[in-house]
Amino acid sequence: MEVAQQQEVLKPAEKPAKEVTGSVALLEALIVEGVETIFGYPGGAIMPIYDALYDYSDKLDHILVRHEQGGIHAAQGYARTSGKVGVVFATSGPGATNLVTGLADAQIDSTPVVCITGQVFAHLLGTDAFQETDVINITTPITKWNYQVTDANELPEVIAKAFYIARSGRPGPVLIDITKNAQIQKFQFKGYTPCKHIRSYRPKPIVRPQYIQQAAELINQAKKPFILFGQGVILGSAEKEFQAFVEKSGIPAAWTVLGAGAIPTDHPLNVGMLGMHGNYGPNVLTNECDVLIAIGMRFDDRVTGRLDKYAKQAKVIHLDIDPAEIDKNVKSTVPVWGDCKETLPLLTQAIESKTYPEWLQKFHDHTKQEIDLVIQKELNPTTDEMTMGEVIKQLNEITKGEAVIVTDVGQHQMVACRYAKFNNTRSNVTSGGLGTMGFALPAAMGAKYGAKDRTVVAIIGDGGFQMTLQELGTIMQSNIDIKIVILNNKFLGMVRQWQELFNERRYSFVDMQSPDFVKLAAAYGIAGKSISERTNLPATLQEMLDHQGPYLLEVMVTKENNVFPMVPQGCSVAEIRLK
Amino acid sequence: MSTQEEKQEFNITVYTENQIGLLNRIAIIFTRRKINIDSLNTSPSEVSSVHRFNIVINEYEDVVRKLCRQIEKQVEVLKVYYHTNEDVIWQELALYKLSTDVIAEKISVERLLRENGARAVAIRKDYTVFETTGHREEIDNLINILQPYGLIEFVRSARVAIIKDSEGFNAKLREFERLEPGEDVIENEFLNEGDKVFTM
Repeated sequence: MEVAQQQEVLKPAEKPAKEVTGSVALLEALIVEGVETIFGYPGGAIMPIYDALYDYSDKLDHILVRHEQGGIHAAQGYARTSGKVGVVFATSGPGATNLVTGLADAQIDSTPVVCITGQVFAHLLGTDAFQETDVINITTPITKWNYQVTDANELPEVIAKAFYIARSGRPGPVLIDITKNAQIQKFQFKGYTPCKHIRSYRPKPIVRPQYIQQAAELINQAKKPFILFGQGVILGSAEKEFQAFVEKSGIPAAWTVLGAGAIPTDHPLNVGMLGMHGNYGPNVLTNECDVLIAIGMRFDDRVTGRLDKYAKQAKVIHLDIDPAEIDKNVKSTVPVWGDCKETLPLLTQAIESKTYPEWLQKFHDHTKQEIDLVIQKELNPTTDEMTMGEVIKQLNEITKGEAVIVTDVGQHQMVACRYAKFNNTRSNVTSGGLGTMGFALPAAMGAKYGAKDRTVVAIIGDGGFQMTLQELGTIMQSNIDIKIVILNNKFLGMVRQWQELFNERRYSFVDMQSPDFVKLAAAYGIAGKSISERTNLPATLQEMLDHQGPYLLEVMVTKENNVFPMVPQGCSVAEIRLK
Repeated sequence: MSTQEEKQEFNITVYTENQIGLLNRIAIIFTRRKINIDSLNTSPSEVSSVHRFNIVINEYEDVVRKLCRQIEKQVEVLKVYYHTNEDVIWQELALYKLSTDVIAEKISVERLLRENGARAVAIRKDYTVFETTGHREEIDNLINILQPYGLIEFVRSARVAIIKDSEGFNAKLREFERLEPGEDVIENEFLNEGDKVFTM
């Protein structure tokens, strides 16, 4: 049995205790953890915490959302742009169950979030009390950790663990359920000490030098090496280390949807996006490279296509902080366990400085084909109706790649990820793993709080927008300066695309009628405009970005456009279709 | 360890903190993948704050390896091992309840019990309880033998398994506990004390 080589933990000097309620202790803890913004919704079982919050409004900014799902997506957006832990308050029962989608989303996309839920009095647990639900068991599969507090004395230590677990190692969501009696219970609070260590928990595996060495040897001998990078680079704040590795190695690098922006879109070695709707070259050449270097990515099925035909010719080097990801989907030749912030510099040091002009040219050749057959007509269409791609292109020209782009799920998401320009890390906020429609609007609110000085543009489809449009109320009340672009094709576009391609155009329940979005925004006091003419696009986008405060722009786009390239389900990445 | 590509019994040994909800967190790793748990034993290890799970499943080694990594990823899990049946010494315990009259009257029953290594653990006027330990087939065999003699009740335990190659386990575990003692599990103190809750 391996044992952490841990020195005896020194107990911090005892601070003088003062008698406070559990609720006050919780809020004091949040302040020490550096929490500035809480997204929440009050209710019966969390009322003592909200009562305490009344006296803390100068220290903790609470954003009243319109639905708990909006609260957790906002916290996710906040975490994604700020790199800090997002915090959510919700009440028991329906308040807690409304968090489930967001928790599942945060779990699969490794987003650090701490949810505090109220719970019925401890003596009522299991009695089917009003608004009682077994939130701990409901959320066990979709949290990194969860815990129920029934006694205020437990609170400081549990909150400290919650933040430590949420942000350390491979981050993830944590839920703390606090019974009402613990919220009102007075106890001797000895001050709050953040957690730095849990004896059973090893956030990152120990870096093994022999694997670094083996990986370097493989890379140095490679003729056609290829880097795949994911969100691990961003979560590990290893963007500089990653760029140094890419530049010294001279290896072409492609990104997963969540890895976008870890190096700038325009970087000469950035060859594009992986996966089902990724770029042509990265998909085709995955099955031609001789060494595949996967960094902070988990070989999702949307990235790999058919696994038994995925990069079978290549030796695979897999860098990941989570040992469970190594060999989960793709068998690695060399597993480089560890935090890529630590492993990448070691690897950079051990490799030779090289370039692969012929190999890189192959990517460019594929790009050229993709431009001719796909990109040109998406970005510079000759049709009367606008395409989603040209909206993104026009947006790039105004924002110059400096904006945070938050996307929902569907065609517009793939188009935005493919064509949006990112100069900076933490600029692409999207629901990658879970594919949660309704994510973008609330996530954009949080993204703005996480990056107050940056322009935040939410790109949303007409379907997804209507799943969480109640958050327009939050945007109104808190005057959250986000720009909402609805790309309206009057369809659930991605499902329609599949029905067209694979179900003989049997358009089963994808035809979507929408309200007048501009009037809807106006009802919330939010400025807005709807355009359907190309000539109006640049000026209206400019007007939106120049507008002080939130703005909703609806762009009517062509109804039956498809996102290409596409790796059809059940096909290998090399079978990617350009049309 | 075996590398053959067919399903077989694997013994998964998990060392964990003693924590409410952890059993569920581990169980759902199997149920999520629709894998049946054949046997599950959980109890304190030689260090009281550290619990030991013995889980038996019938699966491919590759699946078992991935499951173990998912289990080890849980915050309160200390360490996970998996072994084939050849790599462990294992036992199950079984209790058989029979009518005392039948045993007293039929000499053959007493002989059969003795032959199968059963031992009487309780003798009452109306019934007698015998106990055996062994592999599943041995226990099953004795059920079949006793069935004609009016078996009243039967129960068997989950499997416990000792790993053959476990040099230094105990010393490491004790050293781990010495360096950083585990915490007590905190239970709900109020379930039957509702009146106290409101007076705080």
